[in-house]
Amino acid sequence: MRLVKITERLLAAIPLMLGVAIIVFLFMRMTPGDPVDIMMGQSGAVTAGEIERLRSEFNLDKPLHEQLLLFLGGVARGDLGNSFQRQQPVTRLIAERLPATIELALGALIFGLLVAFPIGVISAVKQNSAIDRLSMAGAFLGISMPSFWLGILLIMLFSVNLKWLPVQGRIGSDIQLQVVTGFYTIDSILTGNWPAFISSLRHLILPSITLGAAVAAIIARVLRSSLLEILRSDYVKLARAKGASETRTVMKHALRNAMIPTVTVLGLQVGVLLGGNMIVEAVFGWPGLGRLVVDAIFNRDFPLVQGAVMVYALTFILANLIVDVLYTYLNPKIEM
Amino acid sequence: MATTTAQTDATWRYTWGIRWRLWRRNSGEFWRDLKKHPAAIIGGVVIILYVLAAIFAPQITWHNPELGNLRNRLLPPVWMEGGSWDFPLGADAQGRDIYTRVVYGARVSLAVGVLAVGISVIVGVALGALAGYSRGSVDDVISRFADLLMAFPFLIFAIGMMAFLGPGFTNLILALTFKGWVEFFRLARGEIISEKTREYVEAARVTGRKHWQIIVHEMLPNIVQSIFVLTTLRMGFMIVTEASLSFLGLGIQPPTPAWGSMVAEGRNYLLNAWWVSTMPGLAIVGLVLAINVFGEGLRDILDPRLKIE
Repeated sequence: MRLVKITERLLAAIPLMLGVAIIVFLFMRMTPGDPVDIMMGQSGAVTAGEIERLRSEFNLDKPLHEQLLLFLGGVARGDLGNSFQRQQPVTRLIAERLPATIELALGALIFGLLVAFPIGVISAVKQNSAIDRLSMAGAFLGISMPSFWLGILLIMLFSVNLKWLPVQGRIGSDIQLQVVTGFYTIDSILTGNWPAFISSLRHLILPSITLGAAVAAIIARVLRSSLLEILRSDYVKLARAKGASETRTVMKHALRNAMIPTVTVLGLQVGVLLGGNMIVEAVFGWPGLGRLVVDAIFNRDFPLVQGAVMVYALTFILANLIVDVLYTYLNPKIEM
Repeated sequence: MATTTAQTDATWRYTWGIRWRLWRRNSGEFWRDLKKHPAAIIGGVVIILYVLAAIFAPQITWHNPELGNLRNRLLPPVWMEGGSWDFPLGADAQGRDIYTRVVYGARVSLAVGVLAVGISVIVGVALGALAGYSRGSVDDVISRFADLLMAFPFLIFAIGMMAFLGPGFTNLILALTFKGWVEFFRLARGEIISEKTREYVEAARVTGRKHWQIIVHEMLPNIVQSIFVLTTLRMGFMIVTEASLSFLGLGIQPPTPAWGSMVAEGRNYLLNAWWVSTMPGLAIVGLVLAINVFGEGLRDILDPRLKIE
């Protein structure tokens, strides 16, 4: 039955993705004025022939419904058009940058979970203790702190003053690394290149903390409150009455059930990770998708922006699908 | 159903009389509960201070927020060597007083926050009430559209819209509200659906009141508290989003002082003038923290059921 449920979710994602594509298509038509004129605005003098060529490349010379069909057809084939500024397929440009972005997002997720789990569990078990109050105040600060400012504070402290960690980039400029997967930490392990591994890891630390702080704060709060609720429930009382140790009660009986709301919230956090990624990449000069988009916006490279927004939305939908599947496995009640 | 004007007036006075007394009792309870949340009170006071600073910005500052003198370039804050009371928080790379710019920056943040959330509330609650009350195809269409917007991470959507609309205040509000209404829609729709099963709605129908009257006069007053709580909690989020967009250079454009762009301008001087980025950042954290603390206190008091994220 679980399989049916999962298939159902997968099928429901298809119209959603179609809708996302349509909205992204409408984005470009929202520009005040002619997109080609705006894009050309920066490059100065161009011939009328050049403008005509661009208009037909973006299908702007065709009626709107035809434009939409051509766009959707392209999306279905994995063709998001050509970058206006770089004259390369948008999909290739995005694919080149995606590993850097995913590496950062995973780094942030790992940091977030590593911090959130012990804090959430300890705060719940020792409710109203000094540790609990302090960590919840910290979590509140983490939620209210804009990531760009946190990143700058971390740079000032750890890079400028203490000089422990690098300010910018993914890897030291003096280090050679053979790229295999595009994930520098993994590539350096695969090629046995230890200096590169250390360097890429050192570059990854501050951006991961910056991006992961809000996730850590939110997950810690959710984990704490759901654990608190469960620790008061009858079956936990029963486990205690039967003489199970406190550690065993929390770890074996309570935590698994507290995971259900936590995983749900984690799904929403993927959106925070993806959006925050643009900001954090800008702060740390991280050469990922977010930087590519922001640069594309300033160069008025509309096809590239369009393609990237689409990839972000699809990643978000996909991540939520994965969370749904996880949720189905964690929650026995869903098995109907 | 034919009722005379005198009759309607009497029922009108009667129902509003009850409502007034209920409100008096509830607000008494509210203040009593609020006293148990000292953090929320502090948050509320801080918010009021920010609002006052924004309103009286010209009275409490003494420099031009947009024009500086290069002679005062990167002047340190008053407590550091070389600082002066004329520039309490120091000066930026163009010699502008940071204190003045931080105070004026509150105008931008609060205006964006209030407008973006305000429009989102009005649109979201109106559509939510319509969808939840009528159900059927109207509900289907709006709900599908809301689901679609939910498929975009908020910041990505706002950045995408700003990319095509171009920067500026109006476009910023448009980009933030285009998706911002969805959460209010979902809340209002859910609440209206559950309210509709209650007897008072049926009773109002029997007395011949119109649908819109029932929604506006009978149902909305019952869900206004949870909407208010969500409004507060979303306000902090909108302010951070505006600051993030301005930080990227997509929001409020220089020289207008906005906290996000001020932090961005200070990035080049982290080594020798840390205060340029730090001060506006502190202003954002202070305001957002106050709003969130206040909002959580309100939630505990008014609507403990509502938990977001």
